[in-house]
Amino acid sequence: MELNDIIKPENLVYGKPRLMNDNPMHYCPGCSHGVIHKLIAEVVDEMGLEDKTIGVSPVGCAVFAYNYLDIDWIEAAHGRAPAIASAVKRLNPDKMVFTYQGDGDLAAIGTAETIHAANRGENIVIVFVNNAIYGMTGGQMAPTTLEGMRTATCPYGRDVALNGYPLKIGNLLAQLEGTCLVTRQSVQTAAAVRKAKKALRKAFENAMAKKGTSVVEFVSTCSSGWKMTPEKANKWMEENMFPFYPLGDLKNVE
Amino acid sequence: MSEEIRLMKGNEAIAHAAIRYGADGYFGYPITPQSEILETLEAEMPWEKTGMVVLQAESEVAAINMVYGGASTGKRVMTSSSSPGVSLKQEGVSYIAGAELPCLIVNVMRGGPGLGTIQPSQADYFQTVKGGGHGDYRLIALAPSSVQEMADFVALGFDLAFKYRNPAIILADGIIGQMMEKVVLPPFRPRRTEEEIIAQCPWAARGKTNGRKPNVITSLELDPAKMEENNIRFQAKYRKIEENEVRYEEFLCEDADYLLIAFGSSARICQKVVENARAEGIKVGLLRPITLWPFPTKAIAAYADRVKGMLSVELNAGQMVEDVRLAVNGKVKVEHFGRLGGIVFTPDEVLNALKEKLF
Repeated sequence: MELNDIIKPENLVYGKPRLMNDNPMHYCPGCSHGVIHKLIAEVVDEMGLEDKTIGVSPVGCAVFAYNYLDIDWIEAAHGRAPAIASAVKRLNPDKMVFTYQGDGDLAAIGTAETIHAANRGENIVIVFVNNAIYGMTGGQMAPTTLEGMRTATCPYGRDVALNGYPLKIGNLLAQLEGTCLVTRQSVQTAAAVRKAKKALRKAFENAMAKKGTSVVEFVSTCSSGWKMTPEKANKWMEENMFPFYPLGDLKNVE
Repeated sequence: MSEEIRLMKGNEAIAHAAIRYGADGYFGYPITPQSEILETLEAEMPWEKTGMVVLQAESEVAAINMVYGGASTGKRVMTSSSSPGVSLKQEGVSYIAGAELPCLIVNVMRGGPGLGTIQPSQADYFQTVKGGGHGDYRLIALAPSSVQEMADFVALGFDLAFKYRNPAIILADGIIGQMMEKVVLPPFRPRRTEEEIIAQCPWAARGKTNGRKPNVITSLELDPAKMEENNIRFQAKYRKIEENEVRYEEFLCEDADYLLIAFGSSARICQKVVENARAEGIKVGLLRPITLWPFPTKAIAAYADRVKGMLSVELNAGQMVEDVRLAVNGKVKVEHFGRLGGIVFTPDEVLNALKEKLF
């Protein structure tokens, strides 16, 4: 029996999203990016927004996001995605515009662009992948690196006296009048993925309804940067990241 | 609405010309001596007249990246600033050049380095024509010497930017920005429709329609062989621009024994120098580069055998003079005269310098 005989539409319970292509991903095994990409592809397709969606990719591990999702993309300079997305949406108010940013991109070099785009209430979605480390450059300290957590640039653990405190940028963004949804999600279990997809869909709906800025933070793992197996990284995230970055809605204006 | 004759500042003329040209968006941050551009746009409320978006950004960095975003969607977008702010923009300018996006940048120069002064200067010539940001790229650089040219070069800058998919810059200075002159503003042109933008910019990221391949705007290419190909393509474009788009103006050059080379406000002062010199019986002419890049190399070289000397007159310590020297390649004496840090020379100072350096 051929594979296509087995997987008939009526038998299909799980499939690759239509907008995801076959390019081999450069992400490490166990990385959260692949799942988050998949959710975006599904939401864009299910909402029928393929011809309206413009993604803005960051500098960081997701710099090549445009290689995996078959939508129009703009590749941003490091940290500038929210400024780019602001202009794209204002000049093209009927388009669906989202940024996809890591913790260094969004909460260090791009803090000003992030805060001001959100404060203006730009009708965009900010997808924020927080794995508490710089993945692409080889595992250096991020603004969200936990206290005591070891990275290549804090090899003895983050010392808050030296490096300051891990930045809860989500809480900061939730304070701003311009945001309508700020939510913290994760994708390490099937249940979490389902929940995260709902949050992402809500964010995309907000942007199309011009309700203001929606921020979906994904508390994520980086098994390579954390130097753990994917399984251990998930466990470490649950035990260490979740207490400091608790999941759930920080703000959800109906 | 038809064309209109008005008395206004150069900065104001830029703003009015942008609205009338059918620009889609302006993104800027206040800085002296060019804040009237943003102020005029906000006061005119073009979003109600033509649909043009105007936004005061949180920084120069954000403003140029807004331009990057807008240009990525095929829109006619611009920003303006003055020297320290333009330095901040250089990252974005390099990305815009690397992604081959059309846009218009305005620099109303002031004295530097650093915070410098708010008085006029031409010390950003190197930054404008020799790079500014990182990588091998060029900006189409237009140097207005009147309020009329401030208005005219908005249209010219956008036209050239879209013709070549390359950023264009208007390099003015505090004098041209602040002085008031008569200006003929062009008639209003409608902004392009969605269909017109897609036809003009099939590469633009506007949402993937009709099953076409995704449009990706990026300056990134990790494969060095492909990155070299990209660079070779850029350079071929730059050679084409050098071939087709050189612009300059000659004033009494035909019989000149001495040639002044000056752009922008310096060229206005040098017109008077030419008249004063001729009244004394010294045959002086003025060649005014209008495009600083592409530079009128051939036009200047053509005078190398015909004049006794050339004086590059600039409000800086000697920047354009290097390009004049490259143009004549040692065939004739080329000297520089300038004042620095916001001081503007008088016609007498220039004529005395010509006599001292070239006689």
